[in-house]
Amino acid sequence: MELAVDIDKNQVADYYRQMLMIRRFEEAAGRLYLQGLVRGFLHLYIGEEAVAVGAIPVLDVQDYVITHYRDHGHALARGVDPKAVMAELCGKATGTSGGKGGSMHIFDVDRHFMGGHAIVGGQLPIATGLALSIKQRGGDGAVMCFFGDGAVNEGEFHESLNLASLWKLPVIFFLENNLYGMGSHVDKTHAAGRDIYASAEYYKIPAVQIDGMDLLAVHEASAEALKKVRSGDGPVFLEAMTYRFRGHSMADPVAYRETSEVEEWRVNDPIERFKSFSLAEGLMSEDELAQIDREVIETIEEVVEFAKNSPEPELDSLWDNVYA
Amino acid sequence: MPEIIIREAIAQGLREALDEDDRVFMLGEDIGAYDGAYAVTRGFLKQYGPDRIRDTPISESVIVGAAVGAALAGLRPIVEIMTINFTLLAIDQIVNHAAKLRYMSNGQFTVPMMMRTVTGGGGQLAATHSQSFEGWYASVPGLKVLTPSTPYDALGLLRASRKDLNPIVFAEHSMLYGTRGEVPEEYFEVPLGKAVVRRPGKDVTIIGYSRMAHIAEEAGNRLAEKGVDAEVIDLRSLRPLDTETLIESVKKTNRAVVVEEAWKFGGFSGEIASAIQEEAFDYLDGPVVRVNGLDVPAPYNGTLEAATIPTAQRVLDTIEEKFGI
Ligand SMILES: Cc1ncc(C[n+]2csc(CCOP(=O)(O)OP(=O)(O)O)c2C)c(N)n1
Ligand SMILES: [Mg+2]
Repeated sequence: MELAVDIDKNQVADYYRQMLMIRRFEEAAGRLYLQGLVRGFLHLYIGEEAVAVGAIPVLDVQDYVITHYRDHGHALARGVDPKAVMAELCGKATGTSGGKGGSMHIFDVDRHFMGGHAIVGGQLPIATGLALSIKQRGGDGAVMCFFGDGAVNEGEFHESLNLASLWKLPVIFFLENNLYGMGSHVDKTHAAGRDIYASAEYYKIPAVQIDGMDLLAVHEASAEALKKVRSGDGPVFLEAMTYRFRGHSMADPVAYRETSEVEEWRVNDPIERFKSFSLAEGLMSEDELAQIDREVIETIEEVVEFAKNSPEPELDSLWDNVYA
Repeated sequence: MPEIIIREAIAQGLREALDEDDRVFMLGEDIGAYDGAYAVTRGFLKQYGPDRIRDTPISESVIVGAAVGAALAGLRPIVEIMTINFTLLAIDQIVNHAAKLRYMSNGQFTVPMMMRTVTGGGGQLAATHSQSFEGWYASVPGLKVLTPSTPYDALGLLRASRKDLNPIVFAEHSMLYGTRGEVPEEYFEVPLGKAVVRRPGKDVTIIGYSRMAHIAEEAGNRLAEKGVDAEVIDLRSLRPLDTETLIESVKKTNRAVVVEEAWKFGGFSGEIASAIQEEAFDYLDGPVVRVNGLDVPAPYNGTLEAATIPTAQRVLDTIEEKFGI
């Protein structure tokens, strides 16, 4: 197989580790939810790992990442401390928001990780504003904004694409099309059908659809989009076709889709696929992979222990930061 | 009398509307194939089909706006907006359109639609998903706002609403769907704008609505153990507001406490306190007291969140502090 992108052995190991970290992190979060340690809504990213890990590492530290409530994967790929994320899920003082934000609202200002937005579509106008700030100041930074196929149907999506294109703002609109918004299949919610990227073309935004289960495809498209965005030509739209293996949230009985559909997508598991590729290309050995598997499991154990053993926030902290 | 839960009572009211009036249809996010985010419309899609149970894209503004248009043209849409937090994406259609068309057209138009939505916190859903905006909507002339707290009221108000030609906000509390209560088999209605006395008493009036009606009742029962005879009132309807029942009660008890889950600053409890003071000032032994949600966005952490929401204990402490009883 021809390598589409320039990727070295170390990077391969790193991407594999990152995807696996997200997978194991999410599995652990799901367990903690069942134990009652994580409450509220919990949306897992399992199945979609290749998108965050393929895309986010192409960015520089000064660039911005913003996303929706299914945000743990993006946070980890951006280098947010998994301990702090898990502690946030458990509502602990050591969490990214001191236990006040929860799973849907992860933020890390140091990493320019701008959230974690739980009102569908709400992050798109904000991404537009982040990009405006870059343009206004004359830098060559970029914004990467993730959202789902459901968000495309909010007015905020269209308002954001239009303004970003009109003002040539440096933002990558990154659609994670996992075919469902809660229980609604995209065929029943979007008039233009499954190829949502085509709707960006109306706004004169260059748009590409990619295989979101293929890390290398995501990586390549992201790197290219970034180059374009940095050049000052305005936004780029990427649509990653992907799938969530679990329900919408832990509360979802998943009665609206066939198990066979899930099984079909599982064959395409982004981690397994990347693993097979790495082996076939001789980029990693079975031993090296197994070593990473062990290390990730150990790390996640530490992450869970940290979250469990962290203190609850002080009651008075609920009054903090209502205002600046 | 059979006992059912609020979820079933609402489903029954909706079924009656769909069965008896072919102008009625429902639209909202995930009300069909998903069976409703809070499972109120479970089985509806199968029973009534996709023309009457319309799953919509995530597009709150056009969901409400389309209902306004359909209502203008003679249909009787029932909208479900998954939670009241998301109605903010439709607030223009609700406030600037649904609420205004009757008046601006000088009565040429009516907007007989209902917007059902889910209010309240307590589920550790954090700041964007735990709010109570029914009081905001109640401030808008042209809208009616209903806040049932029992299965009986939910069904009775739904039935009465069908005879009303105005846009109605029907706020269901997320933590009350499993609340059980008696519902007679024979037909009944609960009129809009009529509060109910849950517990008669003479020492202090405790007023609540939605989930806080239960907190008010719990406080009333616990006061009884202390020998204090509280009168507990459930508003059921914020607009129209039944001030008469409130005034009558205060004339008897001379003390009033309002319990509300929403923020105190600008809260609907202020409207009630003010109404009582304007109309029954001479009967009051002291100021009308308000027990509200703390003026902070809802924190995710369970202990923190619980501290923001009024409890019966907080009502008791406030009564003791302010009235010495
Ligand atoms: C404005 C608004 N409407 C509805 C919801 C409830 N809701 C949360 S997630 C979701 C589905 C979103 O689907 P999608 O954008 O495809 O993202 P995915 O969950 O598939 O990653 C819905 C309807 C919400 N949070 N905000
Ligand atoms: Mg989706």
